[in-house]
Amino acid sequence: MNTVLQVERLAKAFGGVKAVTDLSFGVEAGELLAIIGPNGAGKSTCFNMVGGQLTPDSGTVRLSGRDITGLPPRAIWRLGVGRTFQITATFASMTLRENVQMALISHHRRVRALWPKANGLYREEAMAVLARVGMADQAERACGVLAYGDIKRVELAVALANEPKLLLMDEPTAGMAPGERIALMGLAAEIVRERGISVLFTEHDMDVVFAHANRILVLDRGRAIASGPPSQVRADPEVRRIYLGGAAEPPEPVS
Amino acid sequence: MTPLIAIENLDAYYGQAHILFGVNLEVGRGEVVALLGRNGAGKTTTLKSVMGLVANQRGTRRFDGRDVSRLPPYRLAQLGLGYVPEERRIFTELTVMENLEVGRQPARDNLTPWTPERLFEMFPNLAEMRDRPGGRMSGGEQQMLTIARTLMGNPSAILLDEPSEGLAPVIVEQMARSIAALKAEGLTVLLSEQNLYFARELSDRAYVIESGRIRYEGSMAELAADESLRQAYLTV
Amino acid sequence: MDLSFVVVQFLTGLASASNLFLIACGLTIIFGVTRIVNFAHGSFYMLGAYMAYTLVGPLMSALGGVVGFWGAVLLAACAVGLVGVAMEVLLLRRIYRAHELFQLLATFGVVLVMQDLVVVIWGPEELLGPRAPGISGSIEIMGQRFPEYEAVMILAGPAVLGLLWLLFHRTRWGTLVRAATQDREMVGALGVNQGLLFTGVLFLGAFLAGLAGALQLPREPANPFMDFNIIAEAFVVTVIGGMGNVLGAFLAAFIIAELQAFGILIFPKITLVLIFLVMAVVLVIRPWGLLGKPEAPSGHGFATDRPLRPLSGKGQLAIALLLAGLLALPLVVDDYGLNLAIEVLVFALFAFSLNFIMGNGGMVSFGHAAYFGLGAYGAALTVKHLGAPMELAILAAPVAAAAGGLLFGWFVVRLSGVYLAMLTLAFAQIVWSIAFQWWEVTGGDNGLIGIWPSSWASGRLVYYYLTLIICGAAIAVLWRAVFAPFGYTLRAGRDSPLRTDAIGIDLRRHQWLGFAFAGTAAGIAGGVFVFSKGNVDPGVLSIPTSVDGLVMVLLGGIQTLTGPLLGGAVFPLLEAYVMPLTDYWRAILGGVIIALVLAFPTGIVGFFDNRAHVASEAREP
Repeated sequence: MNTVLQVERLAKAFGGVKAVTDLSFGVEAGELLAIIGPNGAGKSTCFNMVGGQLTPDSGTVRLSGRDITGLPPRAIWRLGVGRTFQITATFASMTLRENVQMALISHHRRVRALWPKANGLYREEAMAVLARVGMADQAERACGVLAYGDIKRVELAVALANEPKLLLMDEPTAGMAPGERIALMGLAAEIVRERGISVLFTEHDMDVVFAHANRILVLDRGRAIASGPPSQVRADPEVRRIYLGGAAEPPEPVS
Repeated sequence: MTPLIAIENLDAYYGQAHILFGVNLEVGRGEVVALLGRNGAGKTTTLKSVMGLVANQRGTRRFDGRDVSRLPPYRLAQLGLGYVPEERRIFTELTVMENLEVGRQPARDNLTPWTPERLFEMFPNLAEMRDRPGGRMSGGEQQMLTIARTLMGNPSAILLDEPSEGLAPVIVEQMARSIAALKAEGLTVLLSEQNLYFARELSDRAYVIESGRIRYEGSMAELAADESLRQAYLTV
Repeated sequence: MDLSFVVVQFLTGLASASNLFLIACGLTIIFGVTRIVNFAHGSFYMLGAYMAYTLVGPLMSALGGVVGFWGAVLLAACAVGLVGVAMEVLLLRRIYRAHELFQLLATFGVVLVMQDLVVVIWGPEELLGPRAPGISGSIEIMGQRFPEYEAVMILAGPAVLGLLWLLFHRTRWGTLVRAATQDREMVGALGVNQGLLFTGVLFLGAFLAGLAGALQLPREPANPFMDFNIIAEAFVVTVIGGMGNVLGAFLAAFIIAELQAFGILIFPKITLVLIFLVMAVVLVIRPWGLLGKPEAPSGHGFATDRPLRPLSGKGQLAIALLLAGLLALPLVVDDYGLNLAIEVLVFALFAFSLNFIMGNGGMVSFGHAAYFGLGAYGAALTVKHLGAPMELAILAAPVAAAAGGLLFGWFVVRLSGVYLAMLTLAFAQIVWSIAFQWWEVTGGDNGLIGIWPSSWASGRLVYYYLTLIICGAAIAVLWRAVFAPFGYTLRAGRDSPLRTDAIGIDLRRHQWLGFAFAGTAAGIAGGVFVFSKGNVDPGVLSIPTSVDGLVMVLLGGIQTLTGPLLGGAVFPLLEAYVMPLTDYWRAILGGVIIALVLAFPTGIVGFFDNRAHVASEAREP
């Protein structure tokens, strides 16, 4: 197994407050790694440092051995890292198909073209990606008028458009109804497994986490306090104390 | 006796997203009521709507029997409803004393008026940093300050949005003691929480919200004893 | 240059700095709390000077010289403060939630109304006030004479800064204002009536501007151009200092005033270029000004969720009919009509090019006239100074505009929202002042005359067809670019900069190119324009021309492609037929702008368009 993402001794502070301290972990090829932890644990900060939205104070981020620390998001994307955001970021005034086409146009480095019609480029490829996330029938609708759960699927399609080797999903099911959550993450897991894509995701819905993660990393106030397969993490007393607080018993595994 | 806070058929929207669906909720005078639910269940939106801070909302809101559905937030605050936001929203450029000054409102005859000195007794950490800008305080200190700032308005009820969030356990305990002290003073509290332990110690009654709908209403003790209910709506 | 001269020059700079600070701090305080950039701040300043002029005579004879003079100054400032209150209550209060572009435009509407109002009340002549009694002489500094009044002015700036500090740090009201500057919603939730607070802030800001105007009266006669002359400088000062930061405004006013005081000795003709350089350096190092804080761009765009659709069959037919009509136009109209038609085509291109970056790219330019003017001057200068024929000179138009667009755009795309708008305006003012000041090259106020087409194109008929071909082609290229990946890229950046970055696009670079691209198109319009008129003057790159462009786009509807074309075409027609009928064209235009913003905070065509769109969406499954 080769390591797709290797994070070493990552640290970031905001105005003296340490958001992430001495954080190290790796994501193997084809693996789904979930980062969990209470609010303010440093999940988003960690995520944004891997995705390039934030520059770490110290530490390194390596993608397939290559140092990508501090590169801008656009460069990291070109190296094969797709991304979805906690609050969806899509082009509201474009159709679903155009949203995916935009990613493909950028992938093929044609964003500066002045003559061809943008929505005629890479049409089939875009439709194929939309079909894979089950949104082909709505391809001609504007992204801005979709239901939230559907926009999440479009984001997934956009993130998959350039065939990434690593997918970063920040709270992929936030704001969705419980039933939809399982379905969306199930779809994402199915696609990444069939394509061999590695996934790093944060999530607060434990049903989703325990159903799909191969491994779980638990953060608390900027530090990793536990890491391992779901069963091991669930049994960890420290994790139960700080995180799975409200429950007398740890949640049942979802089959 | 009329409840101090009464919400009927509250619907709230952010843009096109429908967030709250017909929420009904009551808090009696002197009561501490918990609003429990997971992240994103609608707790913060409910509290903001009670205060009238959500631009697009429908439903009837009563405070002390009076229909306040159409009043702007500042009028509600003047009537005695205090709001403590989840994100704290300290005025970072202002000192601790100045933050308190912004919250100051005339005393209400039924309660002992709050002064900075009284508040410093309750939150001793703050007393040591009167002239420190709010931006240079730790998260826990900011959380204390945001409660103290709202108390300066001498409210008869406060909406407390996830006061334990992101705080170290020792600070959470301190926070719980402060809220208990406020309850002893006769303050009415609507407390939103994810942390059942925290809420259980303080609250008389509880509501559970999930996906913008109230799913449970009853005594705190009953909820704490009901495993299946917790499993369905609260466990993380 | 001996030392005493340098000292006196420095002191003169300090006196100007005080005045500049008084204006800029009001602007920055109003912005800090209301988030509205008050274009009418220059009008407050002008009004202060006029009011002082009116009050100072009667008060000085009634109360005696010293008391009368200073009483008049304070009373004038208070009167202007009340004008500010009226503006807040009647206008601003209704548009706090509107897009910042509409807020800026609404306050610009006030500027236009005030300009006509001032002329109606006080007449168009310059009015010089009396000297300040008791301090009308001069003192001797190192052997040089220095006016006493200037010395008092030097003290006014720090004195006001000190009083403001006391107001903001030692009074409850000031504490509330500082709190509201950071989080006005939270201040409301704590029981503070924001409405009253905002009204008070408008009073304070307008009072300070009025005070500056009144204090300026002994130094400079009151005149109807004071507002534009000061507003660009005030914008520059607030941007350099950091929007919303009073101390920053003080520092920036000092820097700018001293730069002008000494710049005038070294580069007497192009002092504003120096200011530009300083502003550029500051913004590159600190994009939010010297003491400003970075803030998230305001989220509310005027983007609708409506995807771009190519023209329907009916639309294509309409375009074909329009083209046929334009081709056949010379059969039915005379030379006057053709001249008007040329103007219609020129401004349609101008408005369309503005909309390319604004509606499509989300970058609101308040200085698009700069590129129109650069095109016009580029062509005219090539004719005048190189003796080039039209065929060559008209090519210089897009080249000059592109160069300007690339230069200014490089800075502009580093900012967003209202900062971007103010920076574009400042750049346009700089180009304007170069054209205005550099008399030897540009002909100054008179401009350049005798810029005629080559003989083969000198007939109106031929020139009309030439205009149709050039402007039509430019519009076609822009139209196509909107649908091409490049146009989509800009729109992507408008919809979601975060996502644009996350799909590998260097947004800033493309916004820069887009800005220059649109500027080039405006330059083409300017080049065609100058040869149709035969002359060019600084008016083509003034603030009113930029705002005309915005009004064209808004009249037509910012979210459509045909709207701005229509707006650009209708505007010159309105001007041609309505302007001769009235002396109050500006006031009418200003009133229309204000009414439009109040009635349709999303723009007219956009408004109806949205309703139609919502209706059609509702029908979909």
